Amino acid sequence: MTGAPLPLASEPSGMRGWLLSAEPNSRWQARLGRFYLGWRAFTRNPLAVIGLGIILMLILVAVFADVIAPYSPVAGGDLRTQRLLPPSGTYWFGTDDQARDIFSRVIHGSRITLFVVVLVALIATPIGLLVGTVSGYLGGWVDTVLMRITDIFLAFPRLILALAFVAALGPGIENAIIAIAITSWPPYARIARAETMMIRNSDFIAAVKLQGASTPRIILGHVVPLCLSSLIVRVTLDMAGIILTAAGLGFLGLGAQPPMPEWGAMVATGRNYLIDQWWVAAMPGLAIFVVSLGFNLLGDGLRDVLDPKAAK
Amino acid sequence: MASSVANGGGGHDALRFYLTKTAQFVIVLATTLLGLVAVTFFIGRVVPIDPVIAIVGDRAPAHVYERARQELGLDLPLIQQFWIYLKKAATGDFGNSVLTTNPVMTDIANAFPATLELATLGTLIGVILGIPLGILAAVKRGSFIDQFVRVLGLAGYSIPIFWLGLMGLLVFYAKLGWVAGPGRIDVTYSYLYTPVTNIVLLDTAMQGQWDAFWDAVSHIILPACLLGYFSLAYISRMTRSFMLNELAQEYVIAARVKGLSEMRVIWRHALRNAAVPLVTVIALSYANLLEGSVLTETIFAWPGLGQYITNSLQNADMNAVLGGTLVIGAVFVLLNLVSDLLYRLLDPRTR
Repeated sequence: MTGAPLPLASEPSGMRGWLLSAEPNSRWQARLGRFYLGWRAFTRNPLAVIGLGIILMLILVAVFADVIAPYSPVAGGDLRTQRLLPPSGTYWFGTDDQARDIFSRVIHGSRITLFVVVLVALIATPIGLLVGTVSGYLGGWVDTVLMRITDIFLAFPRLILALAFVAALGPGIENAIIAIAITSWPPYARIARAETMMIRNSDFIAAVKLQGASTPRIILGHVVPLCLSSLIVRVTLDMAGIILTAAGLGFLGLGAQPPMPEWGAMVATGRNYLIDQWWVAAMPGLAIFVVSLGFNLLGDGLRDVLDPKAAK
Repeated sequence: MASSVANGGGGHDALRFYLTKTAQFVIVLATTLLGLVAVTFFIGRVVPIDPVIAIVGDRAPAHVYERARQELGLDLPLIQQFWIYLKKAATGDFGNSVLTTNPVMTDIANAFPATLELATLGTLIGVILGIPLGILAAVKRGSFIDQFVRVLGLAGYSIPIFWLGLMGLLVFYAKLGWVAGPGRIDVTYSYLYTPVTNIVLLDTAMQGQWDAFWDAVSHIILPACLLGYFSLAYISRMTRSFMLNELAQEYVIAARVKGLSEMRVIWRHALRNAAVPLVTVIALSYANLLEGSVLTETIFAWPGLGQYITNSLQNADMNAVLGGTLVIGAVFVLLNLVSDLLYRLLDPRTR
């Protein structure tokens, strides 16, 4: 898909002409055409493409972790001779205190990161979307109550609320995910509500209403799809924050438990060997940095394409 | 847009308007604080640890267990328990910390100045460097400096703070020896002054203990710069976008047409207007540093609120965790409120 536009650029008819046709013959053609235009706008931003590249890499690495990682992520080598070795040709990122290959652990850690990000997005986005659209569409006291609840959750700093929840639920990756999801939905609800308030009074909503559509149908079938694009941008921009919060929880020993190769927890181990064996802490931290940078770049690029109003 | 409509000099109307606004404000503040208490109460009830067993031990006979349960008020209906919790929270009573045996509020009062010191210094660094950088980036849009600010900001949004802190310690403390290590002050200096405000920089300076003062500076500079960087990343980015917005307005063109110098246009006209939303951003970044301080304080062994919460967490000291969470939440709410008030004060359009 990446290299497609170039060879076709010379011939105005054909694939490109079909995509950019002013009179599409089907809905699909129109949608694909829109997608193609968005894609062209997106690829004009080199940083966004780098971001997309990083995220695709993350997914590939996570899928093929078993193939890529040269050693086991949990079983260590010989504790007498292979402990805390510096980066070398055999151990690219060095080894940790249990003689495990850090490179293999970082590779396998990508799975945990991806798992956290996907689950948080899958839990928090629908909650925010539902609260926001219902609140914005119905208005009145429903709106007041829902928005007050949202404000209360927004009033806590995210990491601290997540900390309190994990403290109550007990440490572990699942509880960390639940805690992060609980702290993530309020901004989504705010955005969805703002979008809904604009959509609510449009003529097409009035038309659907006159056709006798029920309120749930209007919200789910007509309001929600229109809120999605700005929400996707926001969630993508939030991914970096989710990764950083998860890593912070891991660093404090409240996220993934050993021997899981979670990046934040790995940095915490490296803290004990910081002065003399810096690579133990440095390498997993670098992985966190690169991946959240990727999400930030991608989010910025997506915002420019999908939400031109917000781009400045 | 600039011409505000004078609505017939109704002093009475203005007063009523202010009263309604204030009432709304108070209601919003009260419900948010009530919500904060409710959330911490709820979190406290879902803890899998049975607080009664934690006190009497798991071999206690049934009647001892029952009595302890009654003394803790756990036999009451949930709503009544919440009412008691609320009344206690209103007077600042969050129970005793298991770890330090002090009342949680005393511990928090002891720890808070350290966090305040660090976060304030961090915000100062962020404001002093971030605003000029943001203005420069906006004025010279697309230039090298603009790209630099962009990269600086993106990195600030992406780097895990605890990792950057560790790397900072590794480079500037362990390898280069430019700054002192974790902690607030060396033990040798810690008896040279009497803690009054518990803000070490202030205490030592006021008592003329300059050796101790410089030692404290050498301890605080790294964590403050760390927090300052994250504040800078946010503030410079927002300054840039506000300034770009203002520079595109017609009054800027009018000022230029009048022949005003570029400096005057930027500093007197555009920045004046950009300053209004900037105040909100600075207050928000200050609040964010409270959050950042949790991880930073852990790394730098900084005896503030963040370290208190994480220490309590690791020892399952729920009273302390919930008290700390509630205090940080309340400060967060108040900072938002202050920024809102300042916004009203500074922007004549909201009057």
